[in-house]
Amino acid sequence: MTTPTPLLSVRGLTRDFGGIRAVDSFSFDVPEGSITGIIGPNGAGKTTVFNLITGVYRPTAGDILFKGEPIGGHRPDRIVRAGIARTFQNIRLFNRRSCLENVLTPLLQREKSNFFAALAGTPSARRTERSLREKAFDLLTSLGLDAFAPLQANTLPYGLQRKLEIARALATNPSLLLLDEPAAGMNPEETRSLARLIAEVREKFNVTILLIEHHMDLVMNICSPVIVINFGALLAEGTPDEVRANPDVVAAYLGKGRKGK
Amino acid sequence: MDYILSIVVLAGINMIAVLGLSIFTGFTGLFSLGHAAFVGVGAYTSAILTYYYYVPFPLALLAGSAAAGLVSLIIGIPTLRAKLRSDYFAIAILGFGEALRVILENLEITNGARGLPGIDSFTTLPIVIFCLGGGILVARNFLRSRWGAACIAIREDPIAAEMAGVRLFQTRLLSLVVSAVYCGLSGGLLAHFLSFIQPVMFTLIQSTQLLAAVIAGGMGSLSGPLIASFVFIALPEALRVAQIWRLVAYGLLLVLIMVYRPQGLMGYSEISSFFSKNRSRERMQP
Ligand SMILES: Nc1ncnc2c1ncn2[C@@H]1O[C@H](COP(=O)(O)OP(=O)(O)OP(=O)(O)O)[C@@H](O)[C@H]1O
Ligand SMILES: [Mg+2]
Repeated sequence: MTTPTPLLSVRGLTRDFGGIRAVDSFSFDVPEGSITGIIGPNGAGKTTVFNLITGVYRPTAGDILFKGEPIGGHRPDRIVRAGIARTFQNIRLFNRRSCLENVLTPLLQREKSNFFAALAGTPSARRTERSLREKAFDLLTSLGLDAFAPLQANTLPYGLQRKLEIARALATNPSLLLLDEPAAGMNPEETRSLARLIAEVREKFNVTILLIEHHMDLVMNICSPVIVINFGALLAEGTPDEVRANPDVVAAYLGKGRKGK
Repeated sequence: MDYILSIVVLAGINMIAVLGLSIFTGFTGLFSLGHAAFVGVGAYTSAILTYYYYVPFPLALLAGSAAAGLVSLIIGIPTLRAKLRSDYFAIAILGFGEALRVILENLEITNGARGLPGIDSFTTLPIVIFCLGGGILVARNFLRSRWGAACIAIREDPIAAEMAGVRLFQTRLLSLVVSAVYCGLSGGLLAHFLSFIQPVMFTLIQSTQLLAAVIAGGMGSLSGPLIASFVFIALPEALRVAQIWRLVAYGLLLVLIMVYRPQGLMGYSEISSFFSKNRSRERMQP
């Protein structure tokens, strides 16, 4: 039986910061249509992996294949256009813009419009803008944020800001969505509702999801496969049950996993 | 009357340059202490064209604006590439401002440091109002477009902007060129209003005044810097009777704004929002 080619395939990914090897020949696959989870202790290199996939950092070594094409070292905006979107662990919204404008910005970037027609404010340029505003509003609605559309992004409570980041990421029309600790700072009730939302988003927007989380119940409930990273290297990978039963993983989480260094 | 008229015209001309710098600094978040040089490029280009070559005034204005845009490309292309650093540009533009003065002072065609007298005074109040009005409309349309949204996204967060599909380098460069074109237009109008231009009219002092208007008016607002620009031009003139106190008043005004309105006169909003419901809704939020 042949397995279908994964949507994202990372091979031997390595990244050094000065003397620190933050990511160490790390390899994993994200199957198309999956909700893949990445877990690992603090400072394991999870966010750095996201930064390498999205072009914020260049890999020191290794390959990143998206839909079979190498994307390692490409500029972030090019990677976004190829179909990868993300949210940030420490929320990065366009703070002083409205929620609607946060979502409108990536929608506008996808539009092929004429510069001089836009400057002149031609009827067709205005029509395009209006229709994109409606589209942005619809996106907010599908994440339950429509009531907040005119409010400045940084006036939203924390949990809603995370949702707004997801809405903005979806506005780039991604086929792979990376979520960096989407449940950070949420209580168990909010975390459960976020899990439902993530599953809904996958269905509705037809995206594959790769997420980093510390909330184990969230990961164990909705993610498969689960990838465990420790000291920048792959520690374990498999279904939630396999990972949970893995002695190395248990050891790492109890703080005994200091292999090598 | 003539005196008041000339203050209004000068303020209007200054507002056009401030409008441009507002796009670059207020909306794209990049600082410049050299934009007066683009005013100078526009002034000298258009003045030389009408003075020596009898080019029609509107064409000369266009050429002056285009020349300022081109020159800004030359400075912007090598310096705006650096991904998350804008200090290369800030330093380069500062150097360019000084270099331009030296060049203008040593060229034959610019008549050196003595300046170029006898430029036809084509600039009238209606022309300035037309240019300023058009400039405001175009700036508004620009800020609503995908390019304007990209500029503001970069100001708010360059990394998030890139992840929203914004091309960092191209957008910053475009913002610079647009702002330089405004400054070039302002320079062309200035030269043909004063009938006389001199290299010292386009140096660090004037660049600082432009930047002060943008910051005092409110970064991320078009109306705020326009109001500030008008006040900065009109107030010292109105206080001309009290000669030595002019600069004191100017400085005091700046300090007061910084103390009581550190976000600028208008902050990040427009004057029109004071009259709309939108604002009261924003206020209600915790
Ligand atoms: N820009 C950088 N410069 C230097 N070191 C860095 C940089 N980014 C990350 N690191 C280092 O790389 C290592 C991995 O960091 P990373 O943020 O990827 O961890 P993480 O798994 O996301 O942790 P957490 O769960 O706390 O978010 C850390 O030791 C960190 O200090
Ligand atoms: Mg992290």
